[in-house]
This record gives sequence, C-alpha cells and structure tokens, in this order.
Amino acid sequence: MAEVRLKRFSFGQLFLCMILMLFSLAAILPFLLLVISSVTSEEVLLVNGYSYFPTKLSFYSYEYLFTVNLSSIGRAYGITVFITVVGTTLSLMIAPMMAYVLSRRDYNKRKVMTFVVFFTMLFNGGLVPQYLMWTQLFGIKNTIFALLFPNLLFNGFFVLIMKSYFTLNIHPALIEAAKIDGASEFYIYRKIVMPLSLPILATIGLMVGINYWNDWMNGLYYITKNHLFSLQNLLNRILVTIRFLNEFANEMRLDKELPSISIRMAMAVIGTIPIMALYPFFQKYFVKGISLGGVKG
Amino acid sequence: MKKKQPSAELPLARRRRRRWFTMLDLMLLPGLVYLIINNYIPMGGLFIAFKKIDYSLGIFKSPWVGLRNFRFLFGTEDAYIITRNTILYNIVFIILLNALGVAVGIMLSEVRRQQMTKFFQTTILLPQLISIIIIANIVFAFLSNEAGLVNKTILPALGLEPINFYSSPKYWPFILPTVYVWNRIGYSSIIFFAAVIGIDRELYEAAVVDGANKARQVMHITLPMLKPTIITLVLIHVGRIFYADFGLFYQVPMNSGALFDVTNVIDTYVYRALLQSNDISKASAAGFYQSIVGFITVMLTNQLVRKIDPENALF
Repeated sequence: MAEVRLKRFSFGQLFLCMILMLFSLAAILPFLLLVISSVTSEEVLLVNGYSYFPTKLSFYSYEYLFTVNLSSIGRAYGITVFITVVGTTLSLMIAPMMAYVLSRRDYNKRKVMTFVVFFTMLFNGGLVPQYLMWTQLFGIKNTIFALLFPNLLFNGFFVLIMKSYFTLNIHPALIEAAKIDGASEFYIYRKIVMPLSLPILATIGLMVGINYWNDWMNGLYYITKNHLFSLQNLLNRILVTIRFLNEFANEMRLDKELPSISIRMAMAVIGTIPIMALYPFFQKYFVKGISLGGVKG
Repeated sequence: MKKKQPSAELPLARRRRRRWFTMLDLMLLPGLVYLIINNYIPMGGLFIAFKKIDYSLGIFKSPWVGLRNFRFLFGTEDAYIITRNTILYNIVFIILLNALGVAVGIMLSEVRRQQMTKFFQTTILLPQLISIIIIANIVFAFLSNEAGLVNKTILPALGLEPINFYSSPKYWPFILPTVYVWNRIGYSSIIFFAAVIGIDRELYEAAVVDGANKARQVMHITLPMLKPTIITLVLIHVGRIFYADFGLFYQVPMNSGALFDVTNVIDTYVYRALLQSNDISKASAAGFYQSIVGFITVMLTNQLVRKIDPENALF
C-alpha cells in the first residue's frame, strides 16, 4: 500500500511540506541574520542597521577578534572546552553507575535510593541557599570548580532515564551468569553493562555536554574574574559592556563613539560554530535524547 | 534467601560489611554524594529565609528574625508583579508550545519522504542547541534601536515610526512568548512526533478501509492516542508554573530596567536581589516562597490527575 501511495504526487503533501518549510525558515533565518551581520561592514551597519542584504561586506570584526582579542577569546574557548570535556566525562563516570545500581532488582536499598533521586525533581532549595553553600561552605567562587559542579554534573532526571534503560535492556540472567563466573560487581558494570549501553550513554553524554557548552549561569553567579570566563560569559560580558557604552553614548550624544556593533555578532557566531559544525554528527542522539523526555528541566 | 543463616566461618566484621555496605552501595555513592551536596543541602538551607544573614557572623550565627523577610517581600508590589508574570507567562507558554508542538509533530509524521522529515526535524531543532545569550543577541539584531532590522528596515518600509523596544513594556508580552516558542518548538514537536510514530499503524489502515479521510484520522485516532503524552507534558510544566526560564527573562530583554514590570519573574527577582542589590532578605524570602509553593503545586497537580485519570499521573 505504501508503494502505491508514494508514486502519486499529491497536493496534500506539497501543502504540508510548504507549511513545515515555513517553520524551518523561521528557525534558520534568524541565524542567517546573525552570520550576515557579522560580516557586514561597520559603516553600512551604522547607516542601514543589521540587514539580510548588506551593501558592503567586511571581515574586519573577525580580524579584530582574532588579532586584538585573541588571548581572551582563546582563553575562554579553552575554558569552555575544558569544562565540557571534564564535566561530561565526570558525569558519565558517576551518573550511569548510580542508575545501574538503581536498576538492579536485587539491590536492597533500591526503593529508598530511587526516591532520593526522584525527590530532587520535585523540590529544590533554589538559588539563595545554593549560592551560599557553594560560596561560603565550599568556597568555589572564582575557581574552575564553579563552572563544573553546581547543577551541571547530572540531575535526577538523567539518572532515572538511564535506570529505565538498564531495566529494559540488561537482562538479569546476564548479570547472574557473570556472577557465577566470579566477576565482581564493578567488573560486571564496566565490562558487560557499559558496552551494552553505548546508545544511552552517548545520548546522555551529549545532553550533558551541550549543557556545559552553553552554560552561562554558573559563570554569572560565581565568576567575577575575567581570566575564568567561559565563552558564554565572555560573550555576555561583551554584550553588557556594549549595552552600557551605548546608553552612555546616547546620553552624552557621542554617536560617533559607538563601539563596533558587528563585533558582538561575530562573537556570537564564533560561540555557535563548534556546536553547529558537530550537529550533523550528533543529530541522531540529540533527537533520541529529546524523544526520551527532554533536554532542559 | 539462601544466605538467611550467617555462615559461621566468616568473621563477624566481614559479615556485617557484606550486609550493610556492598559493592553496589559503593558504586552508588559518588552519585549520591553529589545529589546530597547539590540538592539536599540547599533544601535544608531554606531556613535562611527566617534569618537576617550577616556575612561577618556567618550563616549559622546570624540572628533569627521570624517572618520579617516575608513582610519585607510581601510589603512591596514586587511580590505581586513577579508572581503574576511568572504564572501568566507560563500559562501562555504551556498553551502555545503544546498546541504548536502537537500540530508540527503530527505534520512531521505525515511527510512521506524520509529525507524531508529529517530535514525539517534538523532545522527546527537548531534554536534548541544554542545558549540563550546568543538568542538574546539575535533578538537584539532584530529589535535594537540603532541598528535593528525591524527599526531600520521593516518599519520604515511600512511607513511606520521606529519603536524603542527595550524601553516599551507593552511589546514584551508578545516578544517573550515568540522567542520562547521559537526556542522550544523543535523539542516539543519531536516529542509528539515520536509519540505519533509509536501509534499502531493498523488503526489507520482500519480507518482508511472505513473511508475516513486524513482530518478524521487525526481527530479520532492521532489526537486521542496523543492524550497521555500531552497530559504528561502539560503536567510537568504546570508543576513548574512557579519557575521561569531565567535566561529568557534576564538575557533576552537585556536586563532593561524599563521593562521590569512585564519581564520580572521570581527567578530574575531572586537573582537581582541576591547578587545585584545585595538584598539577601528579600532574595531568600522569594526563593523560599517559590520552593514551597512550587512543591505544593507539583503535589496538587499530580493528586488531581490521579483522581481524574489515574493512568496519567506522574507518580
């Protein structure tokens, strides 16, 4: 039946694709404006504003960023890559192991511990106690740990997703057999369970990785020193500074002193490129992760 | 069950260890420690809403002040504004996102060519990938006074006066939901798409045999089958109705003071009170209020659904 359907051209299908195309365009076009603005010449921007059809192109803002500001951008890039790699690795070392234990039917504290994990999804202390704890008790303000630990490592939701994956996909008989052969619990997890769970590990790892790459809140709360700014925080700082200077310039009628408005767009493009470049490769896992229930709380 | 009687040859200490602390416990431990630190200690820390925090004395030695912080908070108009904004925006978000998500999800599932489905999925998911800082930047490219596409190109072309968006509150109840939906529609539609794909094909084949057209199939098969997914997603969001997306309300309006009346939500209020105006009393009171009322909301929504439709309750 499907074959017969495929052969026929249908107006319904055309109409459907046209509507969906509108959604696709709505998603892509704003990015296009960002990219085009970043290569529009500054004089044209000042006169015509951001536009899809600039009259004059210029790569000055990239030149500027990569010559004048290379050290701070390079540093921020390094920090973002570092926290993404280290954070995701740590997360994948800790969270799946916890989920696996919770998935074991013969684990005696299974119910209690599952509830302990689940409850974190229902109730939380909020920013103030968390901020005071991390700064006063652990003293992570202006350290790299501030970008790694608060909230990002993993959450109860990820653990429960993995737990249900293990419950469905790892047969208890397999574990039983390994035990009879004398394998230790950790060995079983490491050598049998993990290799069988690569799809879910990739999916969760991707979600965690994207969260690290895009995170700016921990930097906003805990980092005040420039040398620890991640890419997102540097971008944020540049936006805030330009906004401030703009207001100042307006008040003082210093129109000619406006700071470069293409540079902010170039910064945003630089911050987006790696994730966009990798997107085709991880798209599959990203879609899978979303189908499992979601990315952001 | 076999090990009910402890074997006599094992020393007592070792038997104890085997019973109370196994390898599995050890494997669970790192995760548990993280959740205790990251989630449970701050829960316990909610008590600071009843204290007057004095950094020189430390948190524990700071004096108790009873409900004073709450009187401060609810004595201002802010408490009303942030509650109103948080809830109203969330209601708009829930309706828009789920309605559009269902529509796009169903449309995606009806596209016959696999490559097209993949193309649409890939593109509408793009906005989900990037940080809200970059989104705020894109919004700025459209709305800025000096250089925005809307003010420099679109409005002049229509013969209209430029609009100072970042100081005109009346536009933001439309801008914010637009940005929110733009950001999240991919996510929402993929969930519904996955749910539609999961529906038994035989139902449709039977409907085709009975002469039902596409519209009737959607009305009588797809939508009813999607009901559990819709209910679950709406429920999760309703349970979080006292929580707002901090980035959306802080970054996208560029933290502009002129817009606070329509952009200030509980999360932005707590942040500003804690870290910008150093008013920790109000911050902790607002945070406490959010945590407790938020928790009650989750429990009530779940209880309600359990009564009406037990199968769809979250827990």
